Amino acid sequence: MQLDLSRALSIFIDNFDIFLNGILNTILFAIVGTVFGLLIGLVLGGIKAIKIEESDTLIIKVLKKIGHIFTSVYIFVLRGTPMMIQAVFFYYLLRDLVHWDMFTAGLYIISANTGAYMAEIVRSGIQSTDIGQTEAAKSLGFGNMQTLFYIILPQAIKNSFPSIGNQLIVNIKDSSMLNVLSITELFFQSMSIAGSNYSYVETYFISAILYLILTSIAYIALNYFENKLNDTKVNKHMDMCA
Amino acid sequence: MEEIIKIKDLKKHFGTLDVLKGVDITLHKGEVLTIIGSSGSGKSTLLRCVDLLERPTSGNIYYHDEDILAQGFDVNHFRSRVNMVFQNFNLFNNLNVLDNCIIGQTKVKKRSKEEAREIAIKNLTKVGMKDFINAKVTKLSGGQKQRVAIARALSMDPEVILFDEPTSALDPEMVYEVLKVIKDLASEGMTMIIVTHEMNFAKEVSDRVIFMDNGVIAEEGTAKEIFEAPKNERTRQFLAGFKA
Repeated sequence: MQLDLSRALSIFIDNFDIFLNGILNTILFAIVGTVFGLLIGLVLGGIKAIKIEESDTLIIKVLKKIGHIFTSVYIFVLRGTPMMIQAVFFYYLLRDLVHWDMFTAGLYIISANTGAYMAEIVRSGIQSTDIGQTEAAKSLGFGNMQTLFYIILPQAIKNSFPSIGNQLIVNIKDSSMLNVLSITELFFQSMSIAGSNYSYVETYFISAILYLILTSIAYIALNYFENKLNDTKVNKHMDMCA
Repeated sequence: MEEIIKIKDLKKHFGTLDVLKGVDITLHKGEVLTIIGSSGSGKSTLLRCVDLLERPTSGNIYYHDEDILAQGFDVNHFRSRVNMVFQNFNLFNNLNVLDNCIIGQTKVKKRSKEEAREIAIKNLTKVGMKDFINAKVTKLSGGQKQRVAIARALSMDPEVILFDEPTSALDPEMVYEVLKVIKDLASEGMTMIIVTHEMNFAKEVSDRVIFMDNGVIAEEGTAKEIFEAPKNERTRQFLAGFKA
C-alpha cells in the first residue's frame, strides 16, 4: 500500500470536525493529566522525601513509614503496569462503587498514572536541592512544612521543570491509550475514520502529523516558560509566598 | 552576667567516630566567644549541635536554663532566637536579596510585610548591601553573599548568632569586608559564638577564646591569655603553625 497525499488531505478536510474533536479531547486529557498528576506528585514526592529522624516520637516514625510504604507501592504499581490496563481495570473495578462514566474515569486514570511519574520527579528534585538550603531555613526557625513549601519545593519544581514539562508531551501521546475506554481522543477518532473509509495509511498519516504538531507546540511553549522561569523566578515567587 | 547558653558534657559520635568527647561551655549575654582549633577537632560539630542541626549523642544544652534537648521543647522558636551563619552562606536560591531577609520575619516571626521590609533594608544597609536588594543571590560574590546572610540573621533580631567559619569559603580579598561586619556587631554588644581560622580577627574580637583539640576543650581563656601566653602544648603548636 502506498501513501496518497492528496487522498490524505481530502480525508483531513472531510473529517475535520471529528479530528478537531479528537484533538481537543487529547489536549484536555494531556493538560488535566499533567496538572493533577503534578499535584499528586507533589504530595507523594513530598512524603517520599521526608526523612525519618531519630528525634521523632514513635507515632511519627510509624506514620512516616506508612507514608513511605504507600508511596512506594503506588509508584511501583502505576509505573510498572500499562496505563491501558490501569484504565480498564480501575474503570470496571470502581464502576459499581462510584458510578463513573468512562470519560471521568479516563481523567482520573491519566492523572493518577502521571502522578506516579511526577512523584519520582519531585522526589529527586527535592533531594537534589542543597542540604544547606534546608539547614538555613531551619536555623531561622522554619518548621519542616514551611521549609518544604517556601524554600525547597520552589527550587525543586524549577530544577525539575524540564522533566515535568516532558510529562505533558508524554501525556499528549499516551492519552491515546485511553481509547480502551472509548474516549474520543485523537487516536480513537482516527480509528473511527479509518474504519469507515478503509484508507488506513492516509488516515493514520494525518493523525501522526496532528500528534507531531501538538507535541511541537507543547515543546515550544515549555521552552518559552522555562526561559521565563529562569529570568524572573526571583521576584515572581515572592509575590506568591510573602 | 546572665547565662544564655550552657553546654554540659556534650558528646557526639558519628558511627564509631567520636567527634565531641565531653564539652562544657557557658555563653554569657553580650559575650563574643571564638572557637579555634585544627580541622576535625569538632568545632563545627559543636556549633551545629547548639543549633540542633546535629543531635548530640549525650550531654545537655540549656538555653536560659531550659533543656533544648528535652521532648516538647520548641526547637523552631529557639532557632529563631539563635541563628546560624554558614560557611557556604546558604542563601535561599529561589529568593532575591531582600526577600532572603524578609521571609523568616514574615513566616516565623509573623511580622507584616511592610515592617519586615523596613527591618530587612535597615540590616542590609548596615552590612553595605542596600544597593543590591533586588539582586539574585546567585549573581553575588562570596563576600556579598555572606554579608547578606548576616543581614538575614540580624533581621530575626537574634539573641545569639553562631558563625560557622564565616570566611573559610571566601577569596582572600573578600575576607576583610565580612570580618569588618562581624567586628561592628561585636562592638554593638551582640552575643556570638564564632568558629574561625582567622587568628588575628579572633585575637581582636574575642572576649573569650576556646582552643579545641581532638573533641575536647584543650584550653580556654581571654584572647590575651590564649594568643600571648598559651599554657597548653597543643595550643602552642597550633598557633605556631599560623605564625610560620
